[in-house]
Amino acid sequence: MTDPVLAVRGLCKRFGALAASRDISFDLRQGEIHALIGPNGAGKSTLIAQLAGGLKPDAGQVILNGDDVTALDTAARARRGLARTFQVSDLAGEDTVLQNAVLGALGATGRRPRLFGNALGPGALRGRAHAALERTGLGDVAAQRVADLSHGQRRLLEIAVALTLSPRVFVMDEPMAGLDGAGALRLRAMLAGLKAEAPILLVEHDMDAVFALADRISVLVEGRIIATGTVDEVRVDVDVRRAYLGDAP
Amino acid sequence: MRRETLFNTALCLGLVAFPLWAQATDQPFLITLATRAVILALAGVGLNIALGLGGLVSLGHAAFFGIGGYAMGILASHAQNYDPLIEWPLSIEGTTSMPVIWLIALAASALAALAIGALSLRTSGVYFIMITLAFGQMFYYFAISWPAYGGEDGLSIYVRNGFPGLNTLDPLTFYGLSLAMLALGLVVAWQLARSPFGLALNAARQSAMRARTVGLSPYGLRLTAFVISGTLTGLAGALFADLNRFVSPTMFSWQTSGEIVVFVILGGVARLFGPVAGAVLFVTLEHVLGGVSDYWHIYLGALLLGVVLFARGGLIGSICGPAVRHD
Repeated sequence: MTDPVLAVRGLCKRFGALAASRDISFDLRQGEIHALIGPNGAGKSTLIAQLAGGLKPDAGQVILNGDDVTALDTAARARRGLARTFQVSDLAGEDTVLQNAVLGALGATGRRPRLFGNALGPGALRGRAHAALERTGLGDVAAQRVADLSHGQRRLLEIAVALTLSPRVFVMDEPMAGLDGAGALRLRAMLAGLKAEAPILLVEHDMDAVFALADRISVLVEGRIIATGTVDEVRVDVDVRRAYLGDAP
Repeated sequence: MRRETLFNTALCLGLVAFPLWAQATDQPFLITLATRAVILALAGVGLNIALGLGGLVSLGHAAFFGIGGYAMGILASHAQNYDPLIEWPLSIEGTTSMPVIWLIALAASALAALAIGALSLRTSGVYFIMITLAFGQMFYYFAISWPAYGGEDGLSIYVRNGFPGLNTLDPLTFYGLSLAMLALGLVVAWQLARSPFGLALNAARQSAMRARTVGLSPYGLRLTAFVISGTLTGLAGALFADLNRFVSPTMFSWQTSGEIVVFVILGGVARLFGPVAGAVLFVTLEHVLGGVSDYWHIYLGALLLGVVLFARGGLIGSICGPAVRHD
């Protein structure tokens, strides 16, 4: 088996008396979608923040492509190939769709942005940004301001920006949230195709999507992973049924 | 042509035509007034890079304005007294050459902006405003208590500094030099705004998290912007000192910082020509209302309130509508 692209080892995080992450360990392997599910308040967002670098764990390690990145900040982890999308779209709202995508392309160069030249002029940046927008079906709205986009389009733009980074791993926080049926289906198809490029850690509440997409599922309850396995394994896991699905036949 | 382009073109034409008209009608005082507006506009163009593009509300830009001013004052005073600046380990004379003074003003204000920015940018919001204000006041009190260069009374320079091949004592020539520097500042600001750096800085202003998520450091972007911003304001300070042939601690005061912020807000934050329109309006009001009442700041205050409450885009915003971004 190949080394995991992203590995978490013994991650712990406390906020006062509340243990938000308790000794969490799991892997994300090449080519897979690994879904992270759990009821509200289970500690999913806290875990994502620790993976992306926004929150320092009290103990444990985050390993990206074999390197311990626990001490690195968000920007440094992004430069090492971790692309994150947000539960609530966090884009430059006054800017156009293209400008947001070019920002991603700019980050992907790994260099300090130049003080001269035209950011939106023809060239590698624009090409890379356009390619990502075309893939997500946003090519036609490239000139629109983000503030004027629909909710669904913003969700797609989050993913387009992540795509411009050509990441080694995707960490997606509820990408389906707020999408209508057709939009969710389109996104589902896109993610299924995307995992061949880089594995996806998918935090999602849409259980249909999770069961359709995930190669493996980890179930987080009260800051602890109580089960990890394939869809079928998790579906029949007694602990999961009791703790998460709420019935114990 | 877009309305803002028209407005900017008209403003540029006005800046060229007005002093020529003043010269033709023999009113040199008006040329000096226009020079003042142009130099203050340059200070505002500098601040607008930090404030408009970077979202950094600095109440300490008087520090750079003053450093530029004192760079001129110190160098020129040594030159006029035939008193070397330092004698050991090597003797360095003062100078009355504008280009040399400008370069030194640029370097000194860049260094100060680097130091002040590196510390201040660790904070944000109201703390950033307060810490930049505190730095500005530090320079102010330092200048007051520095007797070698006039202390509280300031420092008078008896001759205007020279520029090779030009008669800088001629008001129109000095105006031309100042206008050229403003044009240079505008080109820098325009280029920065369209560059990859400007795109990243502007995105970091809207969401620092967004910038970090794509691997860019908001701190580095903001520090670079702050240094460029302070440097341009420092150049304006050197010109301002030359205009008045006088420097005093007032250049460092928080009122000066506030006035530079006012130019930007009056004209339009983040609009290329915003500080130019703001400074022209400010100097016009100062001149017209100053003739009506000593307490003209009351009217200015009311106008500023009106702008903040009803015309967020400032003068340019209310005339030309919201900013249009290129695709």
